[in-house]
Amino acid sequence: MTRVFIPLDTTALSLGAEQVARALQAASAARNLDVEIVRNGSRGMFWLEPFVEVETSSGRVGYGPVRAADVDALLSAGMLEGADHELAHGPVEEMPWLAQQARVSFARVGVIDPLSIDDYRAHGGFAGLQKATTLGAQTLVDEVKASGLRGRGGAAFPTGIKWQTVLDAQAGQKYIVCNADEGDSGTYADRMLMEGDPFALIEGMAIAGLAVGASQGYIYLREEYRQAEWVLGEAIRLAREAGYLGDHFELEVRLGAGSYVCGEETALLESLEGKRGMVRAKPPLPAIEGLFGQPTVVNNVLTFASVPFVLAEGSAAYEAFGVARSRGTLPFQLAGNLKTAGLVELPFGARLRSLLEDFGGGSRTGRPLRSVQVGGPLGAYLPASQWDTPLDYEAFAELGAVLGHGGVVAFDDTVDMLAQARFAFEFCAEESCGKCTPCRIGSVRGVEVIDRIRQGQRREENLIVLKDLCDTMVDGSLCAMGGMTPFPVRSAIEHFPEDFTER
Amino acid sequence: MNVEQEPTVAEVIERSAGMPGALLPILHDLQEVFGFVSDEAVVQIAHALNLSRAEVHGVVSFYHTFRRKAPGRYVVQICRAESCQSMGARALEAHAQQALETKTGETSADGRVTLEPVYCLGNCACSPSIRIDRDVFGFVDEARFDELMESLS
Ligand SMILES: Cc1cc2nc3c(=O)[nH]c(=O)nc-3n(C[C@H](O)[C@H](O)[C@H](O)COP(=O)(O)O)c2cc1C
Ligand code: SF4
Repeated sequence: MTRVFIPLDTTALSLGAEQVARALQAASAARNLDVEIVRNGSRGMFWLEPFVEVETSSGRVGYGPVRAADVDALLSAGMLEGADHELAHGPVEEMPWLAQQARVSFARVGVIDPLSIDDYRAHGGFAGLQKATTLGAQTLVDEVKASGLRGRGGAAFPTGIKWQTVLDAQAGQKYIVCNADEGDSGTYADRMLMEGDPFALIEGMAIAGLAVGASQGYIYLREEYRQAEWVLGEAIRLAREAGYLGDHFELEVRLGAGSYVCGEETALLESLEGKRGMVRAKPPLPAIEGLFGQPTVVNNVLTFASVPFVLAEGSAAYEAFGVARSRGTLPFQLAGNLKTAGLVELPFGARLRSLLEDFGGGSRTGRPLRSVQVGGPLGAYLPASQWDTPLDYEAFAELGAVLGHGGVVAFDDTVDMLAQARFAFEFCAEESCGKCTPCRIGSVRGVEVIDRIRQGQRREENLIVLKDLCDTMVDGSLCAMGGMTPFPVRSAIEHFPEDFTER
Repeated sequence: MNVEQEPTVAEVIERSAGMPGALLPILHDLQEVFGFVSDEAVVQIAHALNLSRAEVHGVVSFYHTFRRKAPGRYVVQICRAESCQSMGARALEAHAQQALETKTGETSADGRVTLEPVYCLGNCACSPSIRIDRDVFGFVDEARFDELMESLS
């Protein structure tokens, strides 16, 4: 029997993976071939999706992008023996795009069958949880502190310190909440992990439960991620059957409903409680008064998924990656106008230029790249002169930029940066929870002022108005929605002033 | 033939009414079964959860996902976020409005397609992306869009 891997990942499906799986099933039946199709996660080489891997005696061999119509020819060419073909890429682990990465959080994604507990265990899964059950709560929290793990949702807050606060809080009920809202454009790492290695998230959340004394967890998943919803549902069921979930720790998936601000942790908690996603004033911190007023850990998908490694391999192994205060690895997500876009997990400290050129392969349109937005819709636009900045939290902060959740969206030289700045305000106006005036009203005013500049009305004066507006939003907003919308706007004006003219 | 009976609004509400934070799960279930959240449903939810109608309405209207009107046979969402913008999503949306002879946020005259905006589908390595009901499609240029629309009944 030959095992063939065809991803069940959303992007692979969006390019026809389901049709390829069906075609292979039919063709192998017709040819009397003994083939087992495994639906894996994606390796994150999306320009090659649907990417089909064949298990051979000398390792896994990859083919892609495969269309359903290619299947017959591939079988005839000897795909099941790993034979050469114009779609063949040789041994997958040796493909330079993958081999040059440090896959820690994504070590299993694309490799294993995401819905096989045996496969997960065979690749080190549940070793962290097993170890955690032998340690006391304080030791667990100490271990997470020592790893230097910082939240992956964007704010980069030290995870161990957050857990300590929840551990120290006295309450009858505590909660573990996973932020799987992944609203930033250009990001998909949470989705890939949930679809490709869901037990890692489940294990991380169960360890968090032990560490702080919480027996109930919720995964707040954005509504747009229906495939992840299905995979998580299956994985939770399997984990429950195997005894990893149950009375000691239960887990439920709850769907968001298309609101970006509900990715902000307190708005998320309001939403989980069945309310409008209004941001809460802090204090009290969610760690003290969180879901239904109880002490709550809120962490991003990748934060939780990093925890099993920290426990199983020890905090020192995790801390060994990275630079300065940015420890570990960060999965970057290449998006927008790039030729070979996908998931690139690297230790902190790599250069943006290397992501764009070495991994991204330059623009897909073939035109020169001009502007890159890093860290989602609230992240700054960087011009080419800044592409050699090391990718770490502090170096980006110095530029008035953010790494955020690691999204990298590239634009070629046809981009109109005034339109991008206008969009930042428009998005803020659309998604603002409405609590603060500078965010709610300022964003609408921002759109109007930019339109005036485009119409050629008093450019210099309106640029000053825009600058004041940005200052007011930064100073007078409760959360980063209003407080960071000025980042893309200011960077666009500063680095691309030639676009802020009449057209 | 085994014809499955469509559940009533009350039955759908009943399924989740007991869970903590039940309102969003109920709204999702209702939209899944009926395609939208009717005025009648708002009244019944308010009653079941001991909330005022205004409170329920406030929640429904806060979230982009929930519809107060019946959609067309298919819901087509075009991504408007930055990654797709960089690959021509603004032009794709204009093309879609023209091809379907409708505006974003509205339903085509024949009741076939409701066109909606969406802010990111997590498919950003293959922009532009669209979603038809629950299925996501990547690398959607105008020709592929037309093909996809033709494949809908
Ligand atoms: C407007 C806004 C949107 C956010 N969206 C997300 C999101 O989609 N996913 C996420 O993990 N964090 C998001 N955050 C950050 C969360 O508020 C919070 O910092 C995070 O869930 C904490 O988890 P971490 O420490 O593991 O990163 C957002 C913040 C703001 C202000
Ligand atoms: S900044 Fe905007 S989104 Fe954040 S709390 Fe204020 S109004 Fe709400």
